[in-house]
Amino acid sequence: MSVQATARINAVLDSRGVTSLPVLESDGPLALRRTRAANGPNARVTVVGAMSAPLGGDRLAIEARVEEDARLTVDSAAATVALPGPGAAAEPATYEIRLDVGERAGLCWLPEQLVSAHGSVLHMTTRIELAPTARLVLREEQILGRHGESTGTLTSRLRVHRAGRPLIDQQVAYGPGAPGGWDGAAVLGGHRAVGQLLVVDPSFDEKCPEARLLGPTAVLTPLVGPAVLVTAVAPDARLLRRVLSDALSDVLDTPAG
Amino acid sequence: MSRAALLVLADGRFPAGGHAHSGGAEPAVKEGRIRNAEDLAEFCRGRLHTTGLTAAALAAAAAHGHDPLALDEAADARTPSPALRTVARKLGRQLMRAARATWPSPELAALARARPRGAHQPVVLGLTARAAGLGPEDAAHCVAYETVSGPATAVVRLLSLDPFEATAVLARLAPELDRIAEQATAAAHGTIDALPAACAPLLDITAEAHAAWPVRLFAS
Repeated sequence: MSVQATARINAVLDSRGVTSLPVLESDGPLALRRTRAANGPNARVTVVGAMSAPLGGDRLAIEARVEEDARLTVDSAAATVALPGPGAAAEPATYEIRLDVGERAGLCWLPEQLVSAHGSVLHMTTRIELAPTARLVLREEQILGRHGESTGTLTSRLRVHRAGRPLIDQQVAYGPGAPGGWDGAAVLGGHRAVGQLLVVDPSFDEKCPEARLLGPTAVLTPLVGPAVLVTAVAPDARLLRRVLSDALSDVLDTPAG
Repeated sequence: MSRAALLVLADGRFPAGGHAHSGGAEPAVKEGRIRNAEDLAEFCRGRLHTTGLTAAALAAAAAHGHDPLALDEAADARTPSPALRTVARKLGRQLMRAARATWPSPELAALARARPRGAHQPVVLGLTARAAGLGPEDAAHCVAYETVSGPATAVVRLLSLDPFEATAVLARLAPELDRIAEQATAAAHGTIDALPAACAPLLDITAEAHAAWPVRLFAS
């Protein structure tokens, strides 16, 4: 039995200057919990239930809208593991993330890793609309296969528009049935963990971090617009996380302007 | 369409500056990821299906008649590496000079005015194809082929690889080149937002390192 589920979050700034969550809807395997935010007036939501999904054929989605001036962090309690569906003829699973961040609002989207288990097929899409003064921190980590197994098939497209114009648009495809050469010297070169960190901050218009290497297989690059992207590949999830965490504290500790 | 015009545009001797670029093969050779013809084939195949498809679709879309400035913006969003954006614009500027001398057209002139420091090369190539009376599929073929011919030629020099072997790598990729051109052409009939955005993490990562090398054989 495949599942179709859409979880929804809506964050608004209330009259006391605190972010509240008038909409916090769990659905199917996507269970959302309000958790304690590191910063008092901000809101934090933890996705706790995605462990058993997505299975082949599932169609999952999370929609989050952060209204003007609100501040929201979304994380997850555990890695998301894409698994094969029951039966040989299972359809691919889809997982859609749709995020909308309003004027002067901020969203930190920091889920745990996405693991592509052997035999699974998952198409992930992340579409983000940012107002001109919105801030965003987004981390994506893809782990190709659980420990000691070969990878499933994973495609993932990340598309961000800012003020209605394209800011970043990237698609990756790995695993059996993916277009050729995905594991060759141009794409992954045998690495099994790949990740990105995107930081959009209007203050980068004044002073944007410069391009720099963060190790032999990681780089921080300024985009066209007030944003930087960290792109990294690593032998495993732990080493990837270390690179992205260091990059995140680095970028956030460097006040711009 | 004129098959001869396609040969002129696709000729490696067309004076557009592409020969100075390895398409990421130089750092891949230095890091030991390309050691022989088999590695070269996988490198070329990976590049073709990622940035090759993306660039071919941009070119096909420009040849199809989409707004070149919107395509240039779409190309920026698909090129996170500033080193690669610089290369794409520099190659675009060089191609623009050659194209305007070869097939002058008001569309090329307008893009040259709007982007005096160069538009992304695939966009310029698509407009050039249009000016030469060629279609989207021709433009896609040109770009797809450049995606793999550049690294193959570069690796002959970088590894002293047998040129016959390098050419055989390209010949064996021909069916995939045709498929990529076909996909790119089909995508060109849709919206700009929906154009392919396939990317290659290692190419983006190594491009920045390579651009900072004090001494290198190729510009990218």
